Amino acid sequence: MTSPAAATADFLDQRTGLGAAVKEFARKVFPDHWSFLLGEIALYSFVTLLISGTFLTMFFVPSMTEVTYSGPWASLQGTRMSEAFASTLRLSFEVRGGLLMRQVHHWAALIFMASIITHMMRVFFTGAFRKPRELNWVVGFTLLILGLAAGFSGYSLPDDVLSGNGLRISDGVLRAVPIIGSYGSYFLFGGEFPGEALIPRLFTVHILLVPGLILALVGLHLFMVVLAKHTQYPGSGRTDRNVVGFPLFPIYVAKAGGFFFIVFGVIALMAATMQINPVWNYGPYDPSPVSAGSQPDWYMLFLDGALRLMPGGVEVVIANFTVPLNVLIPAMVVPGILFTALAAYPFIEAYATGDKREHHVLDRPRNRPFRTAFGVSLLVAFFVLVLAGSNDLIATHFHLSINDITWVLRFALFIAPAAAFMVTKRMCLALQRRDREIVLHGHEHGTIVRFESGEYIEVHQPLNEHERWIRVQHEPIRPLQVAPAEDSRGVRRKGYAADLRRARLSRLFYADRVEPVTPAELAASHSHGTHDELPPAPSGQELVAGGRRSLVADDRAPGDGH
Amino acid sequence: MSDDLELRDTADQLPDRFENPGFPPHEQRRGDVDPRANKFSERIVVALFAVSILGTIAMIAAYFAFPPGETAASMQRSNLAMGLGLAFALLGIGTGAVHWAKSLMSDHEVAEERHPLRSSDEVRAQAVEVLKEGAADSAIGRRTVLKGAVATSLALFPLTIVVPLVGNVGGDWDVASFKRTMWKKGTRLTTDPLGRPIKAADVTIGSITSVIPEGLEETAHPLDEKAKAVVVLLRLDPRDLKIQPGREDWQYDGIVAYSKICTHVGCPVALYEQQTHHLLCPCHQSTFDVADGAKVIFGPAKRALPQLPITVDTEGYLVASSDFTEPIGPSFWERLR
Amino acid sequence: MNWLAAHRHDRRAPLLLLLTALLLTGGVYALLVPAPAVAASTASSAEVDSGMKLFTANCATCHGTGATGTAAAPSLVGVGAAAVDFQVGTGRMPAQMSGPQVEAKPVQFDQDQIAALAAYVASLGPGPSIPTGDQVDPAQGDPATGMALFRTNCAQCHNAVGAGGSLSQGKFAPSLWQTTPTHLYEAMLTGPQSMPVFNQATLTSQEKRDIIAFVSEQGGTQPGGLSLGSIGPVSEGLWAWVVGLGLLLGAAVWIGAKSS
Repeated sequence: MTSPAAATADFLDQRTGLGAAVKEFARKVFPDHWSFLLGEIALYSFVTLLISGTFLTMFFVPSMTEVTYSGPWASLQGTRMSEAFASTLRLSFEVRGGLLMRQVHHWAALIFMASIITHMMRVFFTGAFRKPRELNWVVGFTLLILGLAAGFSGYSLPDDVLSGNGLRISDGVLRAVPIIGSYGSYFLFGGEFPGEALIPRLFTVHILLVPGLILALVGLHLFMVVLAKHTQYPGSGRTDRNVVGFPLFPIYVAKAGGFFFIVFGVIALMAATMQINPVWNYGPYDPSPVSAGSQPDWYMLFLDGALRLMPGGVEVVIANFTVPLNVLIPAMVVPGILFTALAAYPFIEAYATGDKREHHVLDRPRNRPFRTAFGVSLLVAFFVLVLAGSNDLIATHFHLSINDITWVLRFALFIAPAAAFMVTKRMCLALQRRDREIVLHGHEHGTIVRFESGEYIEVHQPLNEHERWIRVQHEPIRPLQVAPAEDSRGVRRKGYAADLRRARLSRLFYADRVEPVTPAELAASHSHGTHDELPPAPSGQELVAGGRRSLVADDRAPGDGH
Repeated sequence: MSDDLELRDTADQLPDRFENPGFPPHEQRRGDVDPRANKFSERIVVALFAVSILGTIAMIAAYFAFPPGETAASMQRSNLAMGLGLAFALLGIGTGAVHWAKSLMSDHEVAEERHPLRSSDEVRAQAVEVLKEGAADSAIGRRTVLKGAVATSLALFPLTIVVPLVGNVGGDWDVASFKRTMWKKGTRLTTDPLGRPIKAADVTIGSITSVIPEGLEETAHPLDEKAKAVVVLLRLDPRDLKIQPGREDWQYDGIVAYSKICTHVGCPVALYEQQTHHLLCPCHQSTFDVADGAKVIFGPAKRALPQLPITVDTEGYLVASSDFTEPIGPSFWERLR
Repeated sequence: MNWLAAHRHDRRAPLLLLLTALLLTGGVYALLVPAPAVAASTASSAEVDSGMKLFTANCATCHGTGATGTAAAPSLVGVGAAAVDFQVGTGRMPAQMSGPQVEAKPVQFDQDQIAALAAYVASLGPGPSIPTGDQVDPAQGDPATGMALFRTNCAQCHNAVGAGGSLSQGKFAPSLWQTTPTHLYEAMLTGPQSMPVFNQATLTSQEKRDIIAFVSEQGGTQPGGLSLGSIGPVSEGLWAWVVGLGLLLGAAVWIGAKSS
């Protein structure tokens, strides 16, 4: 116990009992999969944002006091501008490395939001939000909203024409809110738009309030991951009662630690080579100018797209009070529906499934056709709105009429998600059927054999047990069924109507399904010689999932995924 | 396939589901069996960390060697040199550490047990007991007046922060100022941003001019005033211009002035197609027909752009006849009250 | 010039600049007003004659003999030499296909022919003349004033740095990066197609020159690296997904893959 390291460890342990924590955490097991790193991209780009952001605060002046520019950028010399804009120019052009840090910060913000979305997609499509992780899904969802707030408050800070027009749009949306809209606008701007209070206020929101909340929730998010241990993909040996992977120390210290540097490095590479948000091109904010191609950063684009698609006729006046539904619907109702559906989905699905057990083995997306199709349709709706927000650039780049694009997208917003839902669901069911086919008959071998009788058959290679397990490990989920309305004594029971509604929802989720091959089916397929004949349906199954007693499972034939 | 044969023989007793077959056999990496491959991997890791060291040196050298300077080219050079140095310094460490973990550290997967998160019934019962004891000790259930006092004081105290905050945060809270602009009878129309007054005779057909009121810069809050008062001035062939009923004297010889602030959400409506007389908002493509009272013909806006009544003064300069007769810009709840 | 450089940061500089600009504006304005008449009279009658022949052969089908206009195309009486120089000099005229708008394409005539056509049209009625080299010289303009004016008058269609943008019904405002200073000036002066007219009252000739000074600096090297088209956040977002997330997903797959 004489080495300095040992002495330090001894010092710390005597005061904190650190030894127990090290023993507990150093060998903690995490499963290995590339898709588990998506959330890490978000975490590391956030750390990158903190580092580069701290650098920027040393030079940025959050003030709307008017100054006259006299720096090196010729096109702006002698132009009057806010100190916020002037200091942005100064830190870009006169602080060595300042432009690099600014571009690192902005690219990191775009990557942060992109990785949050992809991470959420992974969690959604694999069902990682199921019990016991519903709360962590809500925490992650809140982080998404906070990320939007961080981005919006951040790119508005330089006080340039582009973001200033974005703020003006926000003001217009805020004013549209019935009863309190005008007061909301005064609340935000400290008086009339644009006022002189906004930039200092946004600065506080951007560097203290929102990052503080994000930091706290990221801590909670990770704590809950450690608490429940990480999910894992299905595979041989993996169950809901174990976690299979590599220990935190040394493997994940090296892999995850290294990945932080890779994320920061890729962002630095982008900042070195690709210009982002050149505010000197837009000029300082002034309420009169506007540039063609005025759009927000990509993660807010869906809102701008929704505003563009909405026909104007729906502004209504009731008793001389104006309700601009042409603004409220696209800017509040549509995103409200999208986000509420996203946040509430785990609870809705659990209700429809009637399942109260913990799940730690992930779903393969094909095995949950409704969920996968629903997720894809949400994404498609989001994408249609993003396209709508880019309609002027699509028009110029593809030589189309902006009016035609708008009309097509107005219809596409309704048709495309519905079509995507149906196509995705069909594809999932088809993939499941293919899984069944492969389990029952093996891989196609490519060899054709001719019998003496003249019959040709293709030789199939049977699956080994590990290959088979991947395709049969999932539980068949059947729609909940309603118990009779009257009990044995003929008394109408309470809650029958609620059960009926729940069963209807459950059918929506699980009526169309393909069930995994059972040992009996495999045995039958081997003994019959001829294929494609399924044994009769399992009849009178008791409740598969641990739902309420009043609901029993549907007994429709498996494989009947019409 | 003896498995399957067995299955067939015992088809009656088959389980409903397949059994988890347990872990697959471990496959060794080349480096685990070949010391030379192992050594080679180590060299690569060392080389990657060396790249990082060189990157840092390059970044520091670039900091001193390439000041941003005065031109776009020198700024770009400075940004590129420092950025590449930074990127290599970071990517070297990152790829080195990952390659180390992948090729040299153990790749044997281990399994850890999971335990249900739920507390055992015993612990739950104890927790409930602790809470009950505490509640009994404080006698909160019986002392209803005390309970009410605690709840009320806790509910009220945030007002000490909220009231001053809300009182101050909205400035003067005079939302009625949305309905006024600085235009009044006789205010000259001047060019934006240089502030030159405009003679009616100088406005040609097919032109558009962004206009601000004279004296804008002398007001207390020029940007706030400009955000409401900015106007576009256009001259149309009088044969094309459909004069709106009741607005016969709001235009002067085919010269009309409309608010530049979109009635949708407030972007500047500035994009003018002189052949079609259409004004577009570049933000959301609301399209207004200037020849017909700036009514909406496409896009998300509902209302026509408010028209500023104009005339000429004795010197021939264009002046406003009054303020706008309706609130400019986006709709709000009490717009018409 | 040293004096200028030393006093550029002076507090009074903008005021001085403004004064100079105003003086210059007045001066140039005084010079320019009688210009059309001068242009019309200096063109030789031979040039007008050859212009008329070219016009009859190439333009009269649509614009009518004597350029008085038909149902297919407007009258050119009084449009001036500047309009002809712009329309023919950028290849827009003679128009080929019918579409939402007539687009720039390879120029059909040589410089002498364009001058002759311009002289002929100018002889039909007074209109704006082709600007002189001085009038469009970017070096004599102030890019800062130019930027302020460009932002207010041009950016809404042509984008903040002149990269171009969309109009309604398939029409568009083209990129200005390849446009010559003379054509920029003529476009402002004559308002071709959808573009509005910017006469002396809206933009004085000095102000037009300032705008030309600003535009001529755009479309080149950018301080931050590749410009990504200078079309704003949409292309930045696209590149963030394609390059940034693309590289990071690649790295994630590499990290997650088993080593051989």
